[in-house]
Amino acid sequence: MQNKELVIIGGGPAGLAAAISAYEAGVRDILVLERDGALGGILNQCIHNGFGLHTFKEELTGPEYAQRFVDKAQALGIEVKLNTMVLDLSSTRLITAVNPVDGLLEIQTGAIILAMGCRERPRGALNIPGSRCAGIFTAGTAQRLVNIDGYMPGKDVVILGSGDIGLIMARRMTLEGAKVRAVVELMPYSTGLKRNIVQCLDDYGIPLLLSHTVTAISGQKRVESVTIAQVDENRRPLAGTEQRIPCDTLLLSVGLLPENELSRKCGVALSGVTGGPVVNESLQTSIPGVFACGNVLHVHDLVDYVSAESALAGESAAAYLRGDVSDGGLPIQPENGVRYTVPATVDPARVRQPLEVRFRVGSVYKDSFISVYFGDQREMHIKKRILTPGEMEKVLLRPEQFVKNPDCRAIRIAVEQD
Amino acid sequence: MIDVAVIGAGVVGCAAARALSRYSLAVCVLEKASDVAEGTSKANSGIVHAGYDALPGSQKARYNARGSALFPKLAAELDVPYRRSGSLVVGFSADDSGRLEKLMDHGKANGIEGLELLDGDGARAICPQLSEKVACALYAKTAAVVCPYELTLAFAENAAHNGVQFRFDTGVLGIDRMADGYRLRLSTGEQLEARAVVNAAGLYADEINNMVSARKLKIIARKGEYCLFDRMAEAVTALTIFQMPTAMGKGVLVTQTADGNLLVGPNAMDVQDKDDTETTREGLDYVLKTAALSVGPLPERQIITSFAGLRAHLETDDFEIGEAPDAEGFFNAAGIESPGLSSAPAIGEELARCVAARLSAQPNPDFDPIRHGIPKFREMDNADRARLIAENPAYGRVVCRCETVTEAEIVEAIRRPLGATTLDGIKRRTRAGMGRCQSGFCTTRVLEILERELRAPRETLTKFGKGSELLTSVRH
Repeated sequence: MQNKELVIIGGGPAGLAAAISAYEAGVRDILVLERDGALGGILNQCIHNGFGLHTFKEELTGPEYAQRFVDKAQALGIEVKLNTMVLDLSSTRLITAVNPVDGLLEIQTGAIILAMGCRERPRGALNIPGSRCAGIFTAGTAQRLVNIDGYMPGKDVVILGSGDIGLIMARRMTLEGAKVRAVVELMPYSTGLKRNIVQCLDDYGIPLLLSHTVTAISGQKRVESVTIAQVDENRRPLAGTEQRIPCDTLLLSVGLLPENELSRKCGVALSGVTGGPVVNESLQTSIPGVFACGNVLHVHDLVDYVSAESALAGESAAAYLRGDVSDGGLPIQPENGVRYTVPATVDPARVRQPLEVRFRVGSVYKDSFISVYFGDQREMHIKKRILTPGEMEKVLLRPEQFVKNPDCRAIRIAVEQD
Repeated sequence: MIDVAVIGAGVVGCAAARALSRYSLAVCVLEKASDVAEGTSKANSGIVHAGYDALPGSQKARYNARGSALFPKLAAELDVPYRRSGSLVVGFSADDSGRLEKLMDHGKANGIEGLELLDGDGARAICPQLSEKVACALYAKTAAVVCPYELTLAFAENAAHNGVQFRFDTGVLGIDRMADGYRLRLSTGEQLEARAVVNAAGLYADEINNMVSARKLKIIARKGEYCLFDRMAEAVTALTIFQMPTAMGKGVLVTQTADGNLLVGPNAMDVQDKDDTETTREGLDYVLKTAALSVGPLPERQIITSFAGLRAHLETDDFEIGEAPDAEGFFNAAGIESPGLSSAPAIGEELARCVAARLSAQPNPDFDPIRHGIPKFREMDNADRARLIAENPAYGRVVCRCETVTEAEIVEAIRRPLGATTLDGIKRRTRAGMGRCQSGFCTTRVLEILERELRAPRETLTKFGKGSELLTSVRH
């Protein structure tokens, strides 16, 4: 058994940003555990550009964006163990991990930052009926095959789900010579970024079929066709609208799930909405000394926001290790169209600079407002031309708002029409 | 000429092959798919039925009772996940209560022990997930769950260890009678001569039988669909819960698989195409709705996959086991639907006994009944894990994160006798890809290992044999 001050589980963008900020806040005994053979996480296979506009004010590819953090962590001498899988995590912050070099590792740590990212929802999550033949991949698996391994998973493609990875892969497969027949989206709106719809579908003439779904997959050994149908307002397929599309591949981009098996093992309270830990303004989970950031906490739209959030987790872990312990306080309640907020609670005494509260809305709202109430007092009323579930929103809670409302018992964030 | 050709490497064919390897016989198993357990044996409920269900006096009753009794020792010899978790048949009315009594009588007539009638509260006391609507139940203590494909693999591996040959991607296109045996015409263009034939061809056992015997069989493919849930599904029951059996089968069950997942299904629907294992919206909805009658609403968000299997149903509604009346040396195991898995050890034993008698075979003095499965890293304690990684660092590389499967286990699955050559082969031998992400993460990594170990270009690798290639080309 060894001891560490701070262990960060995950060496993707979240873990790296957290490690760097913890170091900068004075922690020296840091260990990053990464299960893959390289740092950078999923960014390594995101070879398209568009990363870093907020953080670096320039357009980088995924690997370039990751490399900036990798270089910095290396320059600071932060210890990293690659090919290391954490098997268990106890509520007393004892970590059990394995890798081929060290064998079985048991590490007792003062603080932990959970930065395990998320995974893709598989076909089973939608319970799509039909054949279980070859040729059905999640978009992320296809992305790895094409961009890392150098193989094409198919030539004639239908994509279910218009999440960002699906949109990116529609373009990628097209550029590599495949025919992408359509991107099929269950909802009446895309869950991806607007810019990706324009740059990945519209620019290549790939149809986006909203309010449609795949109702069956056919093919004895390899996919031969999929059947799609229009859906009603309850998302049930409409009889008579079925349409068979011949293809050899179905890519699924039907949502991401924060990967919290380890969090569950150590007893961290999870949100039923995000699937990630419930955290306070310091990004501390229900277990003191255990923090979370990045896609393990809630699925982000832009990595820039992951980096910013993770820096806060690093600073908070450093503060915790100095004995500066936060224990939450006021609940932040999502209401009327706001699905959740991160953080879910806030200790007013710890809001020394504007606190970013991130959230997503449940459907598309046009010409509406985001309102923030301190108790019954509306403190913010921000005009929004459009709100969509695909884009993460944020509001900044300022220290003076807490000072002004000393008796406030809860903060409420809501979508309002006027 | 060999002594025995076994047609079909499903659970019955492999059980027969292993039982035949107890004798000094040259045995060859012919399988048209690329691996064992590629048909009905991989897609069923995984239940070892207690044996109260089958009609007293039927072949099903006889083999089920014997098979169920053989399982505990067999599972230990073959290192197969098996758990005597018990089962409940639940009823919802006074009528049902009478039908349960009848089932209990069947059970007694079949020689089944450990049966008990319970009222609703009694049933809920041993299975808290049961719906409030459950009014009565038949409790069968000897019912068990087993991993059906691992059992098939284990039979096959142990048979191979004891000298049985296996030939995959080898279908039987025709059978000619000879003076002293049979000549099998194979899909590979070759011919194989055997003194005796065991027909364990599952859904196609009728076609194989009809090549030889004038007593024609007709097998109907009866589809059953299932939904499999994540291990952590809170609705997971310790026991197997059945509803009242019907003419079409045992109805929709709720069970915890040998590997700990919640499984619900099957429905029953006769289909024309014997390869039609597609699930349907109606079928899956029916299964979920019906299972909910037993245990209340199911956590559908935690479904990780759905699948369908085909039962090989004979019009006689019973197993057809033994030598064909007009074809000496030709032995059938046809119509092996539920309780086929439960019966397989007994069917294998009986067929081997009959074949050995026909061929006057001597016992094999070198027969070794023991098979060791691939060590399961996920089930080890930390001391064992540390020791294994020290011996072989590949145990320290976790390839499938959902099921905690290491590279060493995957390599062993490929290298051991009758090793995996496909992605599904790896999955059934190690559980890599069977977890909640359903192989989204490990597919690319497993392909890499398969390519290296088999020295086969990655674009030629398949999910389950020729035609199911996973990659269409190398990117240029």
